[in-house]
Amino acid sequence: MRNMSVNLAGVELKNPVMTASGTFGSSGEYGEFYDLGALGAIVTKGVANVPWPGNPVPRIAETKSGMLNAIGLQNPGIDVFLERDLPLLKQYDTKIIVNVCGKTVEDYCEVVERLSDEPVDMLEINVSCPNVKEGGIAFGQKPDALEAITREVKRHAKQPVIMKLSPNVTDIAEMARAAEAGGADVLSLINTITGMKIDIHKRAFAIANKTGGLSGPAVKPVAVRMVYQAAQAVSLPIIGMGGIMNGEDAMEFILAGATAVSVGTANFANPFAAKETVEGIRAYMERYQVEDIRELIGAVK
Amino acid sequence: MKYKETAVILEQREISEQIYSLWLHADDIVREARPGQFVSVYCRDESRLLPRPISICELDKESGRLRLVYRAVGAGTQEFSGYGPGETLELIGPLGNGFPLDKGYEKPLLIGGDIGVPPMVELAKWLSGDKTIVSGYRNGDLFLKEELSRNAALYVATEDGSAGTKGNVLDAVRENRLEADAIFACGPAPMLRALKAYAAEEGIDCYLSLEERMACGIGACLACVCTSKDVDAHTNVKNKRICKDGPVFAAEEIEL
Repeated sequence: MRNMSVNLAGVELKNPVMTASGTFGSSGEYGEFYDLGALGAIVTKGVANVPWPGNPVPRIAETKSGMLNAIGLQNPGIDVFLERDLPLLKQYDTKIIVNVCGKTVEDYCEVVERLSDEPVDMLEINVSCPNVKEGGIAFGQKPDALEAITREVKRHAKQPVIMKLSPNVTDIAEMARAAEAGGADVLSLINTITGMKIDIHKRAFAIANKTGGLSGPAVKPVAVRMVYQAAQAVSLPIIGMGGIMNGEDAMEFILAGATAVSVGTANFANPFAAKETVEGIRAYMERYQVEDIRELIGAVK
Repeated sequence: MKYKETAVILEQREISEQIYSLWLHADDIVREARPGQFVSVYCRDESRLLPRPISICELDKESGRLRLVYRAVGAGTQEFSGYGPGETLELIGPLGNGFPLDKGYEKPLLIGGDIGVPPMVELAKWLSGDKTIVSGYRNGDLFLKEELSRNAALYVATEDGSAGTKGNVLDAVRENRLEADAIFACGPAPMLRALKAYAAEEGIDCYLSLEERMACGIGACLACVCTSKDVDAHTNVKNKRICKDGPVFAAEEIEL
């Protein structure tokens, strides 16, 4: 029996595959296709202290081997999440990671506190959404601000804290070190890369927000590079993501230094993508007779 | 339950300029599908990640066949239009809620505009009552005219006046003094807006099928929302998910 389980800050995942926040809903929507217990963890869409209405439509546009989104972190707020969505997620035999968003440090800490006695395994702090005007990215692009919010969130958090990093920075290693200095337990990266698409026939922006976050296979080489650089810079476990479509893509991130991976945009291209990524990693381990996935973390030469 | 199926193409032909009729074999989806629902079709070209939502035109429950009628307008739908019998397409469905069928209307009026015409074919088969269809076209190339006439009285409006009433679907409703106790419609936003206002004036129920760019198609990503009059039970804000809570909404629920 080959071991696919990995450990993130004391939380044991049955396999290293989770879902990227925002692509998988918060109430088990993809459970209509398969048993989500196949996954190492489910990461929810961002949850704020109050409901957020999100951005005007169109909110998405397809690009070559990618897509832009500017959903704007629409969410029903922590009350509805706890009352309705969390029980739906708890039906599945998998770990639950709640993505937390906010406009101020207090907003983040309020959500983190509300989650502290709930059956939630980890918290992922979204300081890297490029699509909202306030908060989010403001904390994710300056090392000092990132370190400060990490420290503050950690003071309020009972569960291990994952800081989700933005790729829209000059030096990802510096950001990774700032999160580590603030006391982060785990890092996840990359969030989307800010992009733009123009409809030349309408001479208009393709999405209402003008800019959106680029995701999908188009961003994968950037993501692999940043995961590698972050893994070199810090000793924290890393959740790698950015354009993972299958097990082979996932292996690139693991070899670059990721302990776990997230499947995001691929869920839109194939609702079974996350499950098939687990199977693809298993197939890779069979092929190369790898007994334990942990042997491969950061094993690139 | 939703399914991902590899559907075999049985027939594909261009029935009007850039409008394609595609018959597919898709047992699981067809078994559960209802009029007004849609499927999302994946491109084979992997550089196009997102599935294309296409409304269901016809269902043949006995043989497990599904008909999609779509406009080949972008690279994805152009790719689909190039496939022929024996080839396969991956799709998920059935998606969305479909039109309400159990309201017992006596004189339902089914209105389709342009590429919103196709769902009216299956809807007319399922609805009871004294049914009338009004179809709006750009020109006299009246695609699906025969199929629409089979289960309802058909009136036509054309923008260029080459067939039926010259003008839009509401011009045809007025010119023919069509009476109804409910409207079921699918078509471009200006048409839906006009029908919502008309139904409110007439004091009749009105159901509108909306469209928006979609990613997941199953209510997870919140890309395809429309503005709602009240705070929605799911989103907890004033919008609704077109792919999951729609695409059909009661006109008074939504802001157009």
